[in-house]
Amino acid sequence: MAKYRMHLLVCDGTTCHASQSESVKNALQDCLELNNLENEVKVVSTGCFGYCEKGPIVKVLPDNTLYVKVKPGDAEEIVKEHILNGQIVKRLLPTESVAQVYASEGKTPFFDKKQIRIALRNCGFIDPENIEEYIAHDGYQALCKCLTEYTPQQVIDIIKRSGLRGRGGGGFPTGLKWEITAKVKSDQKYVICNADEGDPGAFMDRSIMEGDPHSVIEAMAINGYCTGANKGLVYIRAEYPLAVKRLKVAIDQARAYGLLGKNIFNSGFDFDIELRYGAGAFVCGEETALIHSMEGKRGEPTFKPPFPSEHGYLGKPSNVNNVETYANVPVIINKGADWFASIGTEKSKGSKVFALAGKINNVGLIEVPMGTTLRDVIFKIGGGIKGGKEFKAVQTGGPSGGCLTSHHLDTPIDYDNLIAAGSMMGSGGMIVMDEDDCMVSIAKFYLGFTVDESCGKCSPCRIGNKRLYEILDKITKGEGTMEDLTKLRNLSEVIKDTSLCGLGQTSPNPVLSTLDNFWEEYVEHVVDKKCRAGSCKGLMKYIIDAEACTGCTACARACPVNAISGERKGPHFINQEICIKCGTCMEKCKFNAVLLQ
Amino acid sequence: MAVIKLPESKVQQLKDICKSFNNDKGELINVLHKAQEIFGYLPAEVQEVVAKELNISIAQVYGVVSFYSFFSMVPKGRFPVSICLGTACYVRGAEKVLDEFRKQLNIQVGESTPDGRFSLSCLRCVGACGLAPVVMVGEKVYGRVAPEDVKGIINEYANL
Repeated sequence: MAKYRMHLLVCDGTTCHASQSESVKNALQDCLELNNLENEVKVVSTGCFGYCEKGPIVKVLPDNTLYVKVKPGDAEEIVKEHILNGQIVKRLLPTESVAQVYASEGKTPFFDKKQIRIALRNCGFIDPENIEEYIAHDGYQALCKCLTEYTPQQVIDIIKRSGLRGRGGGGFPTGLKWEITAKVKSDQKYVICNADEGDPGAFMDRSIMEGDPHSVIEAMAINGYCTGANKGLVYIRAEYPLAVKRLKVAIDQARAYGLLGKNIFNSGFDFDIELRYGAGAFVCGEETALIHSMEGKRGEPTFKPPFPSEHGYLGKPSNVNNVETYANVPVIINKGADWFASIGTEKSKGSKVFALAGKINNVGLIEVPMGTTLRDVIFKIGGGIKGGKEFKAVQTGGPSGGCLTSHHLDTPIDYDNLIAAGSMMGSGGMIVMDEDDCMVSIAKFYLGFTVDESCGKCSPCRIGNKRLYEILDKITKGEGTMEDLTKLRNLSEVIKDTSLCGLGQTSPNPVLSTLDNFWEEYVEHVVDKKCRAGSCKGLMKYIIDAEACTGCTACARACPVNAISGERKGPHFINQEICIKCGTCMEKCKFNAVLLQ
Repeated sequence: MAVIKLPESKVQQLKDICKSFNNDKGELINVLHKAQEIFGYLPAEVQEVVAKELNISIAQVYGVVSFYSFFSMVPKGRFPVSICLGTACYVRGAEKVLDEFRKQLNIQVGESTPDGRFSLSCLRCVGACGLAPVVMVGEKVYGRVAPEDVKGIINEYANL
């Protein structure tokens, strides 16, 4: 292998890719060739660094310099200044003020000491399309160890002792799940990877598959060895073309290296993996629905038990785990159960990856030990609220979770604490909201999602959520009553109690948690007909500032319902009873005399 | 059963796809993915052929097509505009961007412009939350889109 004195790592995750990281990579390559450096410096595409807010990202090794918001036009300067002259290009560093610190320590507040990288250990460090880089970072060592040194039961015991719990949302102990499938006798078993990441605003699994696909493959093979399955299936969203491509490349490479296929590591163990594509249905994240979808059917959930561990794909025992859960497995085998169990809280071990998004300064992918407080995540790593606004709420757990407020900021994050606070871990989406977000509208937004995504099999979810949505819609239009608030709560409880699958059982959570935490805001909408965030159009009034109005009549002529009256060259007036709040007058006014109150 | 209106060559292509999946009804979703790649959408005629080839009822095929949002029974525009309405984009103002596209293109979500140039749809999270709000036109991703940018984006495609 050629030796390079420097590496330029260019992030090629979806966010950076969308910001033309490929052009950046090509520009760097061209510049290197122009300066005859192509044999000294290597440009590598990597997975997500996590610092998505500042993409595209370029990292220079060995000196660990991180350049942000790099444009193709910056390539020449990076090559000439940094590589040829050894001078850091200061203007491309994260911020001027941390530039010096960063250059010496290799850290920015975003990559704060609070972060720890277990599941994301290789994301942003290796070329995901090159198996040799994964192997150089201890890749496939865990599989080798399992196959040559341990019995399946020994491996299961390690996973059990590590305390690893399912990262897809439910938090079921992984080792126990494997053991159940291992104990079932069957001529054929399956290992399934749930890569149907459907929560809006969550991109953890995608980043792992794009940045470190081999870790998922290795862990699936280990799972196969433990449970006695020789076939693995990855159920992946068709909306993630890059992740699909990288997984395909990785599977082909693993086959070529004999790490998938027959008689792996001369142990007599056979294992291979195939991909199955989702087609855009949130409910398919639920195990039984996922399995039906893989069988080519509508992704409708069915009653458990029997659990898929015993009766799953094509009626055979199937072990379903989430992407992030798998990504943890090889490290646990390599570093030991005790090491993993030493991180985190009493009942939630290890780390958790979160996709931090919304009104926060550092949008991105982070990984923190279980038990880290929301305050540390939002204000230290996340850099606080955008535009210096007031923090209002953080939504965790996606459409199944809830909104937490400033009271919960010091709650250590783990499975049980979040449930106690009325939300849930979910897959790890974390959406931060500020004072401009109306919590009634947020609840309505999530219900809109659930109504779209309900598979329609059971009435509480199909009909009940629709009614919830209608009541919320009524409230945001200023037509709600106090009785509606009681109805919201009652109906939510019924839907929770009577739905079959996880989607229906958790869909009222956004409503219940906002009712609990933001009751006064609901009351304001209903009683005072006011939306403090100013986002409910139905509760707003268009008025004309008599002093600013020049009487040009532009608004009156444009109003589709003739709600505006007034003399030419005199102040105009909007009749609120006729006004349909279309906003046309505001657009037409050249003097900023139309105001929204 | 309705008379199949597809050209013979396309029907053959479709049959070949089914064959490549061993006419296995368990591969229905994969077959439909491939079929949509070719036709751009899945009209009733395509579903009929698939049903026949995989030896399942048309109702079963239709059930699957209508269940998954990725499958469409109406043709998309030459430049399909998709607005991300994931939570991150929503709290950063995606709805206003959507309203602006509706207004500028004068169509509703799920419709195409009369000239077939643009169609408008919503999607849930492309995972580029760092760029919220996000709009996709075809494969191209536009990040941090403000309502004021909408006209410019449309104009990029107006003469193509």
